[in-house]
Amino acid sequence: MSIEAPDLSLAALLPLLFVFGAACVGVLVEAFGPRESRHPVQVGVALVGTLGGLVTTLLLAGTGEVTAGGALAVDGAAVFLQATIAGLAALSVLMFAERNLDPARSAFVVSAAVPAGSVRDRELLTVQRVQTEVYPLTLFAVGGMMLFVAANDLLVMFVALEVLSLPLYLISGLARRRRLLSQEAAVKYFLLGAFASAFFLYGVALVYGATGSVRLADVRSAVGAGDGEVLLVLGLALLVVGLLFKASVAPFHTWTPDVYQGAPTPVTAFMAACTKVAAFGAILRLLYVAFGPEEWTWRPLVYGVAIVSMVVGAVLGLTQTDLKRMLAYSSVAHAGFLLTGVLGYPGAGDPAGSGLPATMFYLLAYGLTTLGAFAVLTLVRSGDGEATHLSQWAGLAQRSPLTAAVMSLFLLALAGIPLTSGFTGKFAVFRAAIENGAWPLALVALLASAVAAFFYLRVIVLMYFSEPAADGPTVGVPGLPTTIVLAVTAAATLVLGVVPGSVLALADQAAIFVG
Amino acid sequence: MTLTHYLVLAAILFTIGAVGVLVRRNAIVVFMCVELMLNSVNLTLVTFARATGTIDGQIMAFFVMVVAAAEVVVGLAIIMSIYRTRRSASVDDANLLKY
Repeated sequence: MSIEAPDLSLAALLPLLFVFGAACVGVLVEAFGPRESRHPVQVGVALVGTLGGLVTTLLLAGTGEVTAGGALAVDGAAVFLQATIAGLAALSVLMFAERNLDPARSAFVVSAAVPAGSVRDRELLTVQRVQTEVYPLTLFAVGGMMLFVAANDLLVMFVALEVLSLPLYLISGLARRRRLLSQEAAVKYFLLGAFASAFFLYGVALVYGATGSVRLADVRSAVGAGDGEVLLVLGLALLVVGLLFKASVAPFHTWTPDVYQGAPTPVTAFMAACTKVAAFGAILRLLYVAFGPEEWTWRPLVYGVAIVSMVVGAVLGLTQTDLKRMLAYSSVAHAGFLLTGVLGYPGAGDPAGSGLPATMFYLLAYGLTTLGAFAVLTLVRSGDGEATHLSQWAGLAQRSPLTAAVMSLFLLALAGIPLTSGFTGKFAVFRAAIENGAWPLALVALLASAVAAFFYLRVIVLMYFSEPAADGPTVGVPGLPTTIVLAVTAAATLVLGVVPGSVLALADQAAIFVG
Repeated sequence: MTLTHYLVLAAILFTIGAVGVLVRRNAIVVFMCVELMLNSVNLTLVTFARATGTIDGQIMAFFVMVVAAAEVVVGLAIIMSIYRTRRSASVDDANLLKY
């Protein structure tokens, strides 16, 4: 038996090669670079990697090919989502690189190996040295995410899932302040994440048993022919559970608030924005490409979890007193809104439809807004790090009108108020759902939005109409990196709300799955 | 011994692993249960490779082993770091983040 070398289209793989190449360079710099110059070099490598990934994906616009022996599908949807991930990751790297806000010059721990709370740890807390292992780890996670949305094979999807998850488990435990919370978040994320990926893997095995292949196209033809019905349905359910966990959809969301709160805020921003895009990219490809003919099996499942996710996110969001946890529940609710878009699947005959472009646009809009909201959180600080308790934000508009105004913009966008990107995104996914007969779901989504709007507006009211406490938090002056992040995300939130036409048209053109 | 026996054995092992994750309190034991789940999937994969007459399942089992090894490295590092602080690997003691 001879083994054939797979055909590799290097042009189509260029974005992935760029990001993974930069990650490997980052590891070498970490090992051999002199300590003094490591931080600027690592930031440079990470920015070149992510921006290079962004530019190379944009150059690929319009391609639609299956490469690497059928394992990767570089099509319109993959390119759009890869560009979204790379762009959001570049902004996240800028947030990681911020050195003006923390008195010790970095949000990341100097030495993760030193036990938290020990004498040595207290000494290191004020040392102005910065550790840079977070940059190569982030690049590996970004590479895994970009691979995840292009995976045309369940095995590649599993490997990409792990490549994106493992670095995330590590970097969520690297906070400089409140290290116990951060480590606890990492343990919880790791144990639950490994549990969920075991379910995903069992799903892969069952689908393989039913169809004899893990290629999405082969699975699709086996599904169409009605082979191995029981195994396929079980496999589909397990695969979807694994993916819904990553997308933090209720009832698989229990890790989300804890990890979002415990992880360093720049890492939370990165996770909230990029992981969501990657997980939904994979969900869309799995359901539309492989299980399109099985639509009536997964439709009730997705319908149900969408409702649970919206209701749980909106209702539990109301009860939160910590802003990071509140944004985590907001992310759970938004995962439900995104699933409304996933249900806009027009049927096996027409893979384009309105569900795919609507969901892709929503992912871009939500990613930018949530990244901006977390960037504002890094500005407001009290003695021991960020002031995330709701009561500390009272009267913030009197202390810093600009910060309060920018935060209000992001909160209004998350609530879906017109003239912000959130409204355009919600309008697009609800329309897609209604066009496909899921109007009861759109109705629930509207009610959930109304409930969720209450807790976003509560923060705005608190910032503008409360008296500031005497010992309130200070608002830090951000350096260039965070300023760029805030400017880009705020501008994008407004532009995608006021003149979304061209981006919506782009998402429409890109909404093609091959394979 | 038919192939079905192997599939049933794998399903039982997977269930033992899943229940173990849910009921055990020590992070290391929880992690071992996850590994048990991964290895039961390996058994399922090679059985299906035999049943369908394709080699993909055996190759996938190798991929799973490599991924599981990488997961051990990351997982033990994380559990180790929290153990050194708390002197305990119990998942019940890690309760600062809630509600």
